[in-house]
Amino acid sequence: MEYFVQQLINGLTLGSIYGLIAIGYTMVYGIIGMINFAHGDIFMIGSFIALATFLILTTVFGFVFLPVVLLIVLIVAMLFTSAWGWTVERLAYRPLRGSFRLAPLITAIGMSIVLQNFVQVTQGARNKPIPPQIQGGITIMEGMTENGRIAVQLSYMQMIIIATTVLLMIGFTLLITKTPLGRAQRACEQDRKMAALLGVNVDRTISLTFVMGAALASVAGLMFLLLYGVIDFYIGFLAGVKAFTAAVLGGIGSLPGAMLGGLLIGLIEVFWSGYFTIEYKDVAAFSILAIVLIFMPSGLLGKPEVEKV
Amino acid sequence: MVSASQSAAPAAAPMTGEQRKWDIDPVLTVEHLTMRFGGLVAVNDLSFNVGRGDITALIGPNGAGKTTVFNCVTGFYKPTEGRTVMRHGAGLLQDMVDEVTAGGLRSIRDGDKAVFLLERMPDFEISQFARVARTFQNIRLFGGMTVLENLMVAQHNTLMTASIYTIGGLIGLPGYRVAEKAAKEKAVYWLERTRLIERADDPAADLPYGDQRRLEIARAMCTEPHLLCLDEPAAGLNPRESAELNELLQFIRAEHATSILLIEHDMGVVMEISDHVVVLDYGVKIADGDAIQVKNDPKVIAAYLGVDDEAEIDIPEVRKDLEEVEQAASDEGSAS
Repeated sequence: MEYFVQQLINGLTLGSIYGLIAIGYTMVYGIIGMINFAHGDIFMIGSFIALATFLILTTVFGFVFLPVVLLIVLIVAMLFTSAWGWTVERLAYRPLRGSFRLAPLITAIGMSIVLQNFVQVTQGARNKPIPPQIQGGITIMEGMTENGRIAVQLSYMQMIIIATTVLLMIGFTLLITKTPLGRAQRACEQDRKMAALLGVNVDRTISLTFVMGAALASVAGLMFLLLYGVIDFYIGFLAGVKAFTAAVLGGIGSLPGAMLGGLLIGLIEVFWSGYFTIEYKDVAAFSILAIVLIFMPSGLLGKPEVEKV
Repeated sequence: MVSASQSAAPAAAPMTGEQRKWDIDPVLTVEHLTMRFGGLVAVNDLSFNVGRGDITALIGPNGAGKTTVFNCVTGFYKPTEGRTVMRHGAGLLQDMVDEVTAGGLRSIRDGDKAVFLLERMPDFEISQFARVARTFQNIRLFGGMTVLENLMVAQHNTLMTASIYTIGGLIGLPGYRVAEKAAKEKAVYWLERTRLIERADDPAADLPYGDQRRLEIARAMCTEPHLLCLDEPAAGLNPRESAELNELLQFIRAEHATSILLIEHDMGVVMEISDHVVVLDYGVKIADGDAIQVKNDPKVIAAYLGVDDEAEIDIPEVRKDLEEVEQAASDEGSAS
C-alpha cells in the first residue's frame, strides 16, 4: 500500500510536467490544426534558459535566498522562452499558413532539428548538472513490509511541482474561459475566417497561442531541471514525444484532456517502472496509447469530429 | 460569357435627370469591381452605391455573383480589379477618397469623417475600423460556444483594449470589469431584440435554424457596424419569421443608423423593405433603382422574375427582350 502511494506521488509529479508540455501541443493543434513538433525543443530551450539564469543569479550576482532566485528564474525563463515560441511561429509557420497540410509539419520537424543543434553547438553536448536545490520533505505514511520499514515521502520539490501546476492550470482555465483573448482563441479554433470578420486579429491570436504554450513549456523545463538536476540538448525529444502522446491520449484539441493525458502517461510510466521492468516503461506508455486510440479514436476527452453534410 | 444584351444592359436602367439619394450620400461605393477565378468571371466591372441609412437589396438569379460581391466587400476575397470605398460621415468626401487612393493608403481619418479602401485592408480591420459586418448564407456561428459568448467575441477589440491585452482581465482590473459589464449589456440588448435571451447560455449549435439566423444578425450588430451585409437572411424562414425579420431590419436601420446591404431571393421581402435594388445577372449589373423601377424593368423581368411566366412575358417589350436573351443563349450554346 505504501509503495503504491509513493509511486502515485511520483507519477503525479512526472505527469504534471508532461501535462504542462502537452497543453502547448493541444492548443496549437486546436487553433491551426498542426502538430508543432518543435514544442519539445521549446521545452528544452526553456530548461536551458532557466539553467543559465539560475547560474548567473547565484554565481555572478551571488543571490542566495532560494525562493527569490527561483521566482526570478521562473519569470525570466517564461519571458525568453515565450520569445522563442513567438519567433519560431513567425519565422517557420506563419509564412506557410494556407499552404498544403504537410508543409507546416515538415518545417516543424526541421525547426526541432535546428533548435537541438543550435543548443548542442552553443552549449555543448555534455550533460549540464546542477546540485540539488530543494531537499527534504515530509513523511506522510509509514508501514512495514517483508523487506523492512517503508516510508512514503512527499518531497518539497514534488509539492512545489504539483502546486505550481495546479495554480497554472487554474490561471490558464480562467484565461481561456473568461478573457477576451481566450474567447478569441476558441472562436479561431472553430472558424478562423469568421473570427477575422468580427474584428479578431487571427494572426496575433495564433502568435499568442504559441507564446502561451512556450511559457507553460518553460515552467515544465524549470521543474525538470530542478527535479532531475541534469539536462542536455536532447531532453526535448523524448519529453516532447511523451507530451504529444499525452495530448493525443487525452484527446488532441482538448485542454483538460492534455492535462489528464499527461498525468496518465506519468502514472503509467512510474507504475510500470515500479512494478514491472523499468526498461519497458516507454513501451508501456505507448501501448496504452495505442489501445485507447483503438477504442476511442478521438482520445479520452476529445470531441469526435462530426462531418458536416 | 457576357452577351450583347447584357453588356448593353446598364444603360437600360431608368436614368432620371434627378440625382438619386444613394449617389449623393453613399456609405459604400463599389467601382468597377471585377472578380475572376481562373477563367471564370464571377463579377464583371460592377459599380453601384449603397446609400447611407438605406436598405439596399442585391438580387439576381442563382450564380449571378451576388455572394462574390459580398465576399469582396467584406475582405473574404481580394478583388481582381476595382475599388470599394467605405465612408464614415456624410457626403461623397471626394477629396479624402482621392487622397487615400493616390497615396496608396488603406484609410484616412479627419475628425469624425473617415474613408476606407476595403480592398486594401486585411479582413479583421474591415470589421474593426471600417465597420462592415456580415452574415452568411450558410450560417457561420461558433457552434461550440454559447449564444452569449458568440456576441462577446464580436466585441473582442473593445474588450481587448480594456483588459490591456488580457492581463487586466486575468487579474480583474476595475476598468476591464466595467468594459465587460457594458459588453454583456450590449449583448443582452441584442438578445432581447432578437428574442434569444432565454437561450443565452446554450451552445449556439443547439439553436433551431430561425434562431441561428437571428443570432447571426445580433452578433453582426454587436460589432457596431456602419454597414450590415446580410446574405439571404430570409432563406428558410416561414412567413411569420420573415415578417419579423423585416421588422428587425427596419428597427436596425431606424435606431442604429446602420445601412443595410442584403442579398435576397424572397421578392416579398425585397419589395417591401428595400429603398434601392441592384440587379445582377452573370456578374453584370442589369438594373439599378428603387423597388418599383426595378420591378417594372423589362430586363429584370426577362432575366430574373418571369422568364417562364406566360402572363409576364406577354408584354411586347418584354417579349423582345426575352428573344434577345434566348438568342444570346443559343449563340453561346453554339459557340461552346
